[in-house]
Amino acid sequence: MQPPDVKIRRKRLDRGIKARTDSVFVIAAPGDIIYVLAPRVLPVVALLILPFFLSEYHQEVLVHASVVGLLALSWDLLACCGLFSLGQSLFFGVGAYMAGMMDYYLHLSIWIGLPLATLSGGAICSILLAPVVRLKGVYFAMVTLMLPLLFRKIIEASGLLGGTLGLSTRGSFPNEWVAVYLGIIVFLGVLFGLRKLIDSDYGLVLKAIRDDDRAVMSAGINIYARKVQALFVAGSIASFAGAFLTYRYEFVGFSVFAWDYAILPLAAAALGGPGTFAGAALGSMILVPLSEALRAMGGLRIASYCLVLMVSIIALPEGIFSFLERKYHQFESLVEVK
Amino acid sequence: MSTIIYGIITSVILALYAVGFSLTYGISGLANFAHGALYILAGYISWNLMNYLGLPFLASAPLAVVACALVGFIIYWGLLLRVRGIPLSELVVTFAAGVAILELLTWRGFYGISYSLPVFVEGGVEIWGVAVDAQRLLVIAVGVALVVLLYLFVHYTKIGLAFRGMAQNERTALSVGIESDWIGALSLALGSALAGLAAVVVLPLGMMESSVGYEVLIYALAVAIVGGLESTPGMVVASFVIGFGQRITASYIGPKWMIIVPLAAIVLVLAVRPSGLFGKFKELEERV
Repeated sequence: MQPPDVKIRRKRLDRGIKARTDSVFVIAAPGDIIYVLAPRVLPVVALLILPFFLSEYHQEVLVHASVVGLLALSWDLLACCGLFSLGQSLFFGVGAYMAGMMDYYLHLSIWIGLPLATLSGGAICSILLAPVVRLKGVYFAMVTLMLPLLFRKIIEASGLLGGTLGLSTRGSFPNEWVAVYLGIIVFLGVLFGLRKLIDSDYGLVLKAIRDDDRAVMSAGINIYARKVQALFVAGSIASFAGAFLTYRYEFVGFSVFAWDYAILPLAAAALGGPGTFAGAALGSMILVPLSEALRAMGGLRIASYCLVLMVSIIALPEGIFSFLERKYHQFESLVEVK
Repeated sequence: MSTIIYGIITSVILALYAVGFSLTYGISGLANFAHGALYILAGYISWNLMNYLGLPFLASAPLAVVACALVGFIIYWGLLLRVRGIPLSELVVTFAAGVAILELLTWRGFYGISYSLPVFVEGGVEIWGVAVDAQRLLVIAVGVALVVLLYLFVHYTKIGLAFRGMAQNERTALSVGIESDWIGALSLALGSALAGLAAVVVLPLGMMESSVGYEVLIYALAVAIVGGLESTPGMVVASFVIGFGQRITASYIGPKWMIIVPLAAIVLVLAVRPSGLFGKFKELEERV
């Protein structure tokens, strides 16, 4: 045992390969290549192989996790440029209803309807929110919180778009495997695409808008146009998620505007660590299977997401992913304080 | 005529919804997204006190209001204190707390017509040929009394002055010995108590379900955004604008379009005057 006057502290050192910068690695040996590639390739391979080993029910869970992951990624992109959304279910629902309309009224095939619903959903969301894009933080959050509730009320009250009964669509995926792999591949594509995007010059401007919008304005960049563009990208991603589920369940009703799809992505992003995209993806891959395991709780599920959300915001503000990343890139040892 | 009278009643109800929310926001900059949940919680508590403990409504209502204040205080002390100063985290925490409360109540099976509170006063009167029940007049009386009392409270009592000091400049308030955490907790408790008060007065008029909580939150937010936060006259005017807007929509277009009014009002106000009807320039900078 240590004598009481000897203090121990944790010493952290960045690994040499990572020491120079945050993102550029100096690769000198096969070991280094593995070190850099492993955290990227392993999850991808795992996700692609996993469906072969899962039962149909667990495949469903995996697909649902990818869908929530897409919503969380789209939330994270908005958060990156300072737009704090409490209404991911708006984007999700608009996409789902667009897909429903494409199928129900226009009888388009899924391979036309799905991309069309994705893009038109993104366009509708960005047009809807364009007037309020000037708002910051809490105010933007308030508006996004209200919109899905209002949409739900409008559909309920006016009986448009199938009203309370919803629309039963006919088009669906040719078989299970196409659906499962489409969900997973789009999820992975969006994850790596967004990580690429946010490191590019374009993403740098988005992050700068979050940190100091005045400075970006004084650099002669139209921040509102940039925010609308980010809304379009994020809206399209979430609309794809909605449209995908419409085709999968061959049904769309106003339950797409429900709390599940607003809170779950937020909780996933908060749990995984906002601002990294990988965190949002990781969070949804943890949270969705967990909530499936807790399905027996029934109505308490949303309450339990809220609990996860509160705990992760208060106790783990940096998120699981940032924690893991730090551990991966650093040596740690206990040393005596002298 | 009935449009005018019921317009006034609707407006006062909206003001009651919003007063607690905008008071808390005005004092400590906390957007309490659990407001609607606390509203329903007050109804739930007083219903349970009446049906399980057999208390009369006149006793259970004040107890529910006090309980609400306590819950607000606990939310601040237990949760918000740890994320104080990060506005978005505060918002998410109150939002999550609110949704958790509402979902718990739904899970307990708290919806349907069997849950309703009795009115304080029975009967009704006729004003210019329009029948108005006494409870609705009571709502107006409570609303007016509340605004007057709050005005007196923040201008002539020590705690009220401390509240205003916090609202104007937190650092300066600290330097003259106003404990900012304590005042923040009190402001949330007061806001929650006002939500509870609104609940026990307004809920007897209609059904009590947890989904009403979301509506209350929407209306409170709409009034707060339209009126300009932390401005009491703005709040009153905004609730009249939205209240009359709703009544006129209901009479001439159809009741199901009533819910559009707050959204339309918000979009219009944000497009024309982003700081709200009575907002000050300082808020403009915060918002845009």
